[in-house]
Amino acid sequence: MDKHINAPISKEISRSLRAGDYVYITGTIYTARDAAHKRMDEALLKGEELPIDIKNQVIYYMGPSPAREGRPIGSAGPTTASRMDKYAPRLLDLGLTAMIGKGKRSKEVLEAIVRNESVYFAAVGGAGALLSKCIKASEVVAYEDLGTEAIRKLEVENFPVIVVADCEGNNLYETAIKEYQKI
Amino acid sequence: MRTIDVNEITKYIKEMCIEANHYLSKDMDAAMKRAADTEKAPLGKQILNQLQENLKIASEDMIPICQDTGMAVIFMEIGQEVHFEGGILEDAINEGVRQGYVDGFLRKSVVGDPIIRENTKDNTPAIIHYSIVQGEKVKIKVAPKGFGSENMSRVFMLKPSDGVEGVKNAILTAVKDAGPNACPPMVVGVGIGGTFEKCALMAKEALTREVGSHSEIPWVNDLEEEMLDKINRLGIGPGGLGGSTTALAVNINTYPTHIAGLPVGINICCHVNRHIIREV
Repeated sequence: MDKHINAPISKEISRSLRAGDYVYITGTIYTARDAAHKRMDEALLKGEELPIDIKNQVIYYMGPSPAREGRPIGSAGPTTASRMDKYAPRLLDLGLTAMIGKGKRSKEVLEAIVRNESVYFAAVGGAGALLSKCIKASEVVAYEDLGTEAIRKLEVENFPVIVVADCEGNNLYETAIKEYQKI
Repeated sequence: MRTIDVNEITKYIKEMCIEANHYLSKDMDAAMKRAADTEKAPLGKQILNQLQENLKIASEDMIPICQDTGMAVIFMEIGQEVHFEGGILEDAINEGVRQGYVDGFLRKSVVGDPIIRENTKDNTPAIIHYSIVQGEKVKIKVAPKGFGSENMSRVFMLKPSDGVEGVKNAILTAVKDAGPNACPPMVVGVGIGGTFEKCALMAKEALTREVGSHSEIPWVNDLEEEMLDKINRLGIGPGGLGGSTTALAVNINTYPTHIAGLPVGINICCHVNRHIIREV
């Protein structure tokens, strides 16, 4: 089912999404990948505040290529989400509502999604040029020294994603494959 | 003997890094078009059509096809009659990568130390494989490799008694485990035989073989066709969201091996299987 939603995403919205929904996101989202997650985790361990308030926010696992002059961003497709599995449950427990990436998630992440009524979206991997067209503005807001791995605030318009894991415990990667399996 | 200035190599490498990241080679482009036409799943077809659109935007607007513009893997086939002048060849190759990635707005994805992990900020060093061949030409192959799929690659040190069935199981295991992580539809490079490192290198080089080409060894040719069919029956599909197109090709290279072993390397590549060749 096609849905249009705004970001940040409230729990009221995230709990209504179901695996297989095709969703267009408009609004503000943040990027963070391996190195930024490691730093956020270290900050939490030390009892420090995160550089962004993640309540109701969306984290897009993405590190862009450099922008050419006059453009907000370069190529900007999703990276493999499982590398963030170690850190994601804690962020979900702290109020993060959604993650955008590609690929399988751990049992711990899937359980945290159910527990917190959050959602995991997949964007099409390897479609970085196409997806960059939905990003209207980009600004580094933390960890600038990490280069492509810095935390960026993005303004997106009709950013296309597919719900993979929802708060009922459905997992599209498992169900969709069965339909086309031929032994 | 022929003398080649290494600055010429720098220039070639720079151009090739930029070209490979914005345009798919003809064989891959044709395979992707064919996949979009034949995919059976509606969502899978939609994804493949988006990837067609993505390729169009990448080439027209000069935005890299994928933001992971890879680690620059470079194969240098050097004729033994060639003499290089003007500097050190390895430095010249890395300078080409540096210029390509910095001037070409490509992502710098290389860290200088695998544990300390500080970005080198120019995507160097490259991974360079040299081979010395007959003649006085230099053949350069540039194959930037993304790590979503690289991370899903495997080496299996099988026993001789495992035979070809063991090889088939190894390939299917690697592809199933990779699933959506490797950005299917994928290309599967396989190296059978040699040693631990030789099978991995053969698997990497197999990815640079033309999609649609086949081994000249009859049993290998048959295995390539059989495995492509088996992989496409797994149902993983485009983006791992179900469908009839999981792989575009299975390319297998082989080499003699030891009486005690059957090494199998499986290097998985996403649909952005970048490889271009120039002859100097």
